[in-house]
Amino acid sequence: MTTKRQRDSAFGLSLRLAWRNIWRQKRRTWLTALAMVFSNVLLVFMISLQLGSYDMMINTTLRMFSGQVQVQRVGYQDEQKMRQDIAGVGELASTIRSRFPAASVAARANAFVLLSSEDRSFGTQVVGVEPDFEAGVSTIPGLVADGRFLQDPGAAEIVIGGVMARNLKVAVGDELTFLGSGKDGSFAAGVLTVVGIFNSGSSDLDRSLAEVPLGYFQDAFAMGGSGHIIAISTAELGGIADLMESLRAIIAGGDELVALDWEALTPGLKQAIQADFTSAWFMYAVLIILVAFSVLNTQLMSVLERTREFGVIMALGIKPRRLALLVLLETFLMALIGLVIGVLLGAVVAGYFGFAGFAYPGMDELAAKFNMPSVIYPSVGPVSLMLGPTVVFIFCLFAAIYPAVKLYGLKPVEAMRAV
Amino acid sequence: MSAIVCTDLCKFYQQGDAVIKGLDHVSLEIEEGSFICISGPSGSGKTTLLNAIGGLDSLDSGQIAINGERVDLLGKAELADLRLHSIGFVFQAYNLIPVLSARENVEFVMQVQGVRAAERKLQSMKILQEVGLEGMEDRRPAQLSGGQQQRVAVARAIVSQPKLVLADEPTANLDSQSMEKLMAHFRELNEAHKVTFLIATHDQRVMAWADRRIYMEDGRVTRDELQ
Repeated sequence: MTTKRQRDSAFGLSLRLAWRNIWRQKRRTWLTALAMVFSNVLLVFMISLQLGSYDMMINTTLRMFSGQVQVQRVGYQDEQKMRQDIAGVGELASTIRSRFPAASVAARANAFVLLSSEDRSFGTQVVGVEPDFEAGVSTIPGLVADGRFLQDPGAAEIVIGGVMARNLKVAVGDELTFLGSGKDGSFAAGVLTVVGIFNSGSSDLDRSLAEVPLGYFQDAFAMGGSGHIIAISTAELGGIADLMESLRAIIAGGDELVALDWEALTPGLKQAIQADFTSAWFMYAVLIILVAFSVLNTQLMSVLERTREFGVIMALGIKPRRLALLVLLETFLMALIGLVIGVLLGAVVAGYFGFAGFAYPGMDELAAKFNMPSVIYPSVGPVSLMLGPTVVFIFCLFAAIYPAVKLYGLKPVEAMRAV
Repeated sequence: MSAIVCTDLCKFYQQGDAVIKGLDHVSLEIEEGSFICISGPSGSGKTTLLNAIGGLDSLDSGQIAINGERVDLLGKAELADLRLHSIGFVFQAYNLIPVLSARENVEFVMQVQGVRAAERKLQSMKILQEVGLEGMEDRRPAQLSGGQQQRVAVARAIVSQPKLVLADEPTANLDSQSMEKLMAHFRELNEAHKVTFLIATHDQRVMAWADRRIYMEDGRVTRDELQ
């Protein structure tokens, strides 16, 4: 029976042998380790860039209109009914604003109306916004290409998307009439002056979104002081969890209010990110499998070269499983070298671009057009640094299983006869 | 008491159409503490017999018992344990582990056995001194001559004082003086600790040290004589 001391002692011996064995063929070991280093650096950079681009994508999408967090009545997200409103929406928004001075907070109300120009009519969504605060949670005010954004909270003014303006054949200064239903079921109608036309880059938004001052909206749609949404944005996505927790405490006393984060507000965005991440892993998998085959080749060569030596070691009383462990330990050490150097170099490369930013050719023009940042900042963190290299490490260990298993079938006498 | 009992051992190799008789119905009884030399021309079956007794090679038929334990029935792991704790091997080619120093090679078996580091060092330094390798403990095999490597291999085989030492041409690469020293050391171990020695050799000078000589030819024992 093997005692603990025997096991520890034999493991120490295996570790020493493994370390020295990997340096018997320095060039081969370095070539294999460099393949791991190269793939690890590439993976760290690519994953950091990918995560950075997702952050940018989320921020850009959320800052366009929805905000990172919204407070709504329970059920409003699934079925947007006028009556599922937040009473005293302006006051609640002020309270939240005062509790989170670093965050941007704006109240909104939504209605669906028939919007008509002299020539045409279209069904569309009209959003009542707080002109003073909307720019903090939405990029729409900054995307007004013609005219200006809303200014007076009670003015009969409207800002519409470029596609809608074309469809309705209106320009800044023209009048539009709307026809809809108020919160109490009454008839809601009015005449609005187009003061601005925005181009968001999203044809959906440009076709279907119109914004009016919240004060005017509340009067026209018999909302009293209520609204439907409080949109909140922070500088960093990372702070959302803490914000959500505090927010829940604030709205706990309210009438069936709920705080929804961006994943709940825009599930399609999350799915798109997941799909992109998955497809990128197919490319990474090719790289990782190539490296794993390189390790398999190295270890197989190494085992074949040392067949005679393994025969001697077995003759001395070493069990085949300990030999297999030796080969796995050699791979472990080699993969560890690749991991450590790869992660360090990867961190330096990703860290540099995380600071300086990374831009594709032609990105400037595209970004300017859609009010997006012109550079991507790779997101360097534990996940981006360790995810790829850890998978490489595990695959390399798997690659060593075959050479290790081959040792189980080795017969000492035959092995010692090997050249 | 018989340390080793071999009964009707057969081992045949197929080489093309020809059948080579490695062991052809060999039966032997070896007493504990014996000092035996096996001689015979190349291909007579000396190495095959040692390999079979040491559990390094399987048999086609026959039985081998060491101290009453049937070696031919043991699995790989049990055979490895038997070799680790009870048998010391000296091979024709020195077969040292190239990445370990002379002392580390000698300590190899003891380390796997779980002997403490201080004890290992003491024993290995002592045995290396005895085989005339004092001051060369830290040299790797590539830095030693053939004779020196063979002495390291011998030191490795006997340092943990196994009950049985199987030596295949242990003096093949040694000069006369080294051969005499080595055989004297074997003999001393044999007499002091009742270690059984089974030595395959061509060398008549080595045969002179034996108290029993076994001659083999074509896989058969042709002569078995006591000194």
